[in-house]
Amino acid sequence: MALEMMMSGPDYMRDPRKHQFSPYANNGGTSVAIAGDDFVMIASDTRLSRGFNIFSREQDKVFPLTPKTMMASSGCWADVLTLNKVLQARLTMYSHEHHDMMSTTAVAQLLSTMLYWRRFFPYYVSNILAGIDEEGKGVVYHYDPVGHMEKLTFSATGESVSQIQPLLDNQIGGLNMLGVKPPTMTKDLARQLIHDAFVSAAERDINTGDGIIIHTITKDGKTEETVKLRRD
Amino acid sequence: MMEVVDNSYPGFQFSNFARNENLVAKGFPMPNSRKTGTTIAGIVFKDGVVLGADTRATEGDIIADKNCSKIHYLQPNMYCCGAGTAADLEMTTQLMASQLELHRLNTGRQVPVVAANRMLKQMLFRYQGYIGAALVLGGVDKHDSHIYSIHPHGSTDRLPYTTMGSGSLAAMSVFESRWKPNMELEEAKQLVRDAIAGGVFNDLGSGSNIDLCIITKDGATMIRPYDVANVKGQRQGKYEYKRGTTEVLSTTVRPIQIVAETVKKVTVEEMDTA
Repeated sequence: MALEMMMSGPDYMRDPRKHQFSPYANNGGTSVAIAGDDFVMIASDTRLSRGFNIFSREQDKVFPLTPKTMMASSGCWADVLTLNKVLQARLTMYSHEHHDMMSTTAVAQLLSTMLYWRRFFPYYVSNILAGIDEEGKGVVYHYDPVGHMEKLTFSATGESVSQIQPLLDNQIGGLNMLGVKPPTMTKDLARQLIHDAFVSAAERDINTGDGIIIHTITKDGKTEETVKLRRD
Repeated sequence: MMEVVDNSYPGFQFSNFARNENLVAKGFPMPNSRKTGTTIAGIVFKDGVVLGADTRATEGDIIADKNCSKIHYLQPNMYCCGAGTAADLEMTTQLMASQLELHRLNTGRQVPVVAANRMLKQMLFRYQGYIGAALVLGGVDKHDSHIYSIHPHGSTDRLPYTTMGSGSLAAMSVFESRWKPNMELEEAKQLVRDAIAGGVFNDLGSGSNIDLCIITKDGATMIRPYDVANVKGQRQGKYEYKRGTTEVLSTTVRPIQIVAETVKKVTVEEMDTA
């Protein structure tokens, strides 16, 4: 205490105490997407939390955008909802203007533009966009909160990204291994990897748990599946 | 230099304090100690006390230990649940266990729980809250059954039921609705289990299993785990690698050279039995 006084001076010389409102909250959430030749799978955990409290055990964080596109968002839940609402409005305007649904590539670019528009007061959101492109192939786009976009075949984002992304890099990317070729992606393999990645993350990350919802998009439409995780 | 290796002074060593403050002032971050989110609880029942704890240890958002033990031994008739800084809890309870044992040998009788409570609170007060230990002390002596909650700054309460840690509110809500005087053992065990389970499922800092410790005038029983509240998730794939998957870039073999050889004779010394 005495040393603290010596270094920062007496209390009347210190900066006045500032109270600031924080516009952001971290509500957790993790998302994974894996693309195949004719499908794409996108999943998120169903826990909504803040600090040490659980707000919901069954909150799906994957949003339908068009019949061929879905977006998984996590981070500040208020921003997730707002971003999604604005994006939905833009998609509706597009469909009214063009009498057609926006393509997955166009939605991907629109999302990037919308995020960068808020460059200096960003949406506090981690996004993955998954869809079927114009050639009928599965694609995954990964975003940072201010609109940097990367087209990939698989990606993870959110609170448990540091647990899950290395697993995917190794198992799908086949990185750093001698004599191992990356596997051809099937629905079964994608489902298994998503399942196992979340099971492992729930073992060691306090923010991931309760359950996951896996959405599959093909040219024939969308399906979803729910998997239970540990609830502690 | 001598100060660094001189262990003759009792208590903590503060010689790095000024240097570390200086490093912090220059922007070098201090390493964090492991602070565990926890749910711990204790109640008095008809024949004694029941202590309970979860088994999750965390380091930030990561689970460091999925099955750690948070109910510490003090005396055959006394145990202590701990929440807070892991190292402080471990060392404080070990120190108290040895101090209480010396006290028992000096006095030649069972140590009363009030004595343990006073020794703990005096030690914690001396360190002004810098020893981050929040404790639930429970025991049975010739006078009565006791549950004490002890806060890091040294304040204590003697209570019929108490909870501590980040899951304390979840656990206390269970006690507030269901605790009553003179409960039977089975009912008491179930109540403490449910209180800890409240923390395990509703507090992200608590999790995994539930440990119990039952103390009566006949002695103490640790039940670890009492309840495996969470089963580990089952993976569907197999993640094994073929031998040679990690590429060997280069190999060199160096033989160990014997530079010198000495033989020391050890003489047998009589043990002092005087």
